[in-house]
Amino acid sequence: MRSHKENYAVKRSLGTKFRRDWDLYLLLLPGVLWFLAFAYKPMLGLVTAFYDYNTFKGLAGSTFVGLDNFREYVSGPDFLRTVKNTIMLALWQMAICFPIPIILAIAITEMKNKGISKLTQTATFLPHFISTVVVCSIVINFLSPSTGIFNIIRKQLGLDPIYFMVKPEFFRPIYTIMTLWQNAGFDAIVYIAALMGIDMQLYEAAIVDGAGKWKRILHITVPGILPTVVTMFILKVGKMVKVGYEAIILLYQPSTYPVADVISTYSYRIGMENGNFGMATAAGIFEAVIALVMVLSANVISRRVTENSLW
Amino acid sequence: MKKNKIRKTKEDYIVDIIVYAIAILVAVSILLPFMQVITISMSPASVVNRNGFHLIPHEFDFSGYSKIMSDDNFWHSYLNTIIRAVVGTFLSVSVTILTAYPLSKTKLPHRKGIMLFIVFTMYFSGGMIPTYLLIKNLGLLNNFLVYLLPCLVTGFALIITRNFFMTIPEALEESAKMDGASNFTVLLKIYLPLATPVVATIALWYCVQHWNSWMDNMLYVSDQHLYVLQYLLQTILNSGQTPDMEQAVGIVVHTETMKMAALVLSLIPIVCLYPFLQKYFIKGMIVGSVKG
Repeated sequence: MRSHKENYAVKRSLGTKFRRDWDLYLLLLPGVLWFLAFAYKPMLGLVTAFYDYNTFKGLAGSTFVGLDNFREYVSGPDFLRTVKNTIMLALWQMAICFPIPIILAIAITEMKNKGISKLTQTATFLPHFISTVVVCSIVINFLSPSTGIFNIIRKQLGLDPIYFMVKPEFFRPIYTIMTLWQNAGFDAIVYIAALMGIDMQLYEAAIVDGAGKWKRILHITVPGILPTVVTMFILKVGKMVKVGYEAIILLYQPSTYPVADVISTYSYRIGMENGNFGMATAAGIFEAVIALVMVLSANVISRRVTENSLW
Repeated sequence: MKKNKIRKTKEDYIVDIIVYAIAILVAVSILLPFMQVITISMSPASVVNRNGFHLIPHEFDFSGYSKIMSDDNFWHSYLNTIIRAVVGTFLSVSVTILTAYPLSKTKLPHRKGIMLFIVFTMYFSGGMIPTYLLIKNLGLLNNFLVYLLPCLVTGFALIITRNFFMTIPEALEESAKMDGASNFTVLLKIYLPLATPVVATIALWYCVQHWNSWMDNMLYVSDQHLYVLQYLLQTILNSGQTPDMEQAVGIVVHTETMKMAALVLSLIPIVCLYPFLQKYFIKGMIVGSVKG
């Protein structure tokens, strides 16, 4: 990272260095121990997927069943449904929750009135800090058949109210828009930071050349933030597959299971409610594999299309 | 750009209109849901049960607030969350700083390896079930420590802290070392006072996470005395789906106004913190991501 004058010092033996900096390692100790205990230990726990887990005897008293849990999950009736729902929700989010923060960031930086620009940013930033419980409750309230605004408008137009939360066809849009509402402002920050980094001289030169606002956005702003966009895209893809089961558990109902039940909510029900830990872990591993595949394909696609990629 | 008084083309006006339309749309979409919640929370039940717009209250009735505020369980969980947020934030910030400091030293051997060890956990984790089994085996079920330990450090906070430490000139450290200061003294006396912006950022980050978390309560704690606010709120908001049965077994029935009052009360600390969140967060995110 930084060039160092003390390159000579680096060549000293490891023992000497350790004696000199033993207290640095001491500071590191609590953190490293925590990572071992609470981040790496559960990874070892993934072997549960290969056992018929016995709740009373623990892993040592359980029988090894090889790939049986995976086989049972894949051949079961819920497999296709949960995989499809996981991928569909990820695609919905990629189509809507990914591009809109970019547009929002460009809009915020384009506002000449700094007060309005600041106010917009403040407003969009707020929902990110509100808990999932509250956000889901606000959504349910907003769409309620009796007090929700949409249904009140429908009633005044003489239409019948719709109970949005129990209709399967509305679940994906509702979930996607909720995620957007909660995170758009926060996700926009990264792009706003990238936009600030664009050389102002480029814009000045473009104005001299007679380029209008739209042309400037298209030919300077967009190419300027493209590397950030690509990086964020690849990072987000994996998260979109994994994220959100907290919200889904709060929003879904048996009538919307056919579209809302994703791998993680299924794993939660099978494991925590039915006590089948082995199969729940197997489903979790499946989800991680899907996330990995999607991240790797996003990387390949973005390398082909934009010549930018993470790896 | 501002100084150039160049005649606007039609295209420029269209862009301006779109930009401000977005601003208005954003403002409306953020404000409406909150207005509805606040209005319901302070309207009499008769108005709420009548169909119609509930955006601006025209009749005030704070009985929802007084009812929820006289509920001991509500205050108990509020207190649990406050304790959790204060103690948890202190512990998390301490461990994060202690870990980030050595990792900001380029002279530290194996630094890259340790960083990889940490970054790896940001992408891979054991997942819900293995974590649950670990917590169970450690005997942390129904234990207050379950709110503090499993979420002690996040890789993201650690990395932005380390990146900030790396921007502090090393000359400061060297001169203190000449005077015989230990690494810990250097961290405490020199680095920490300079790092207030990033410490504020991660402290707010951890604090909000503690305030909003409820999943750990649902998964690991069944003892009602240990309930945290968000989980209790969830049970309050969910109640009333089967009011007849609940009344029969003597559970308090939460009316719509009570639910919304509880929701508003849970938001107050976040709203109070918000100006600071705004001030430090954007800065912290930018500082942290520059050297990612």
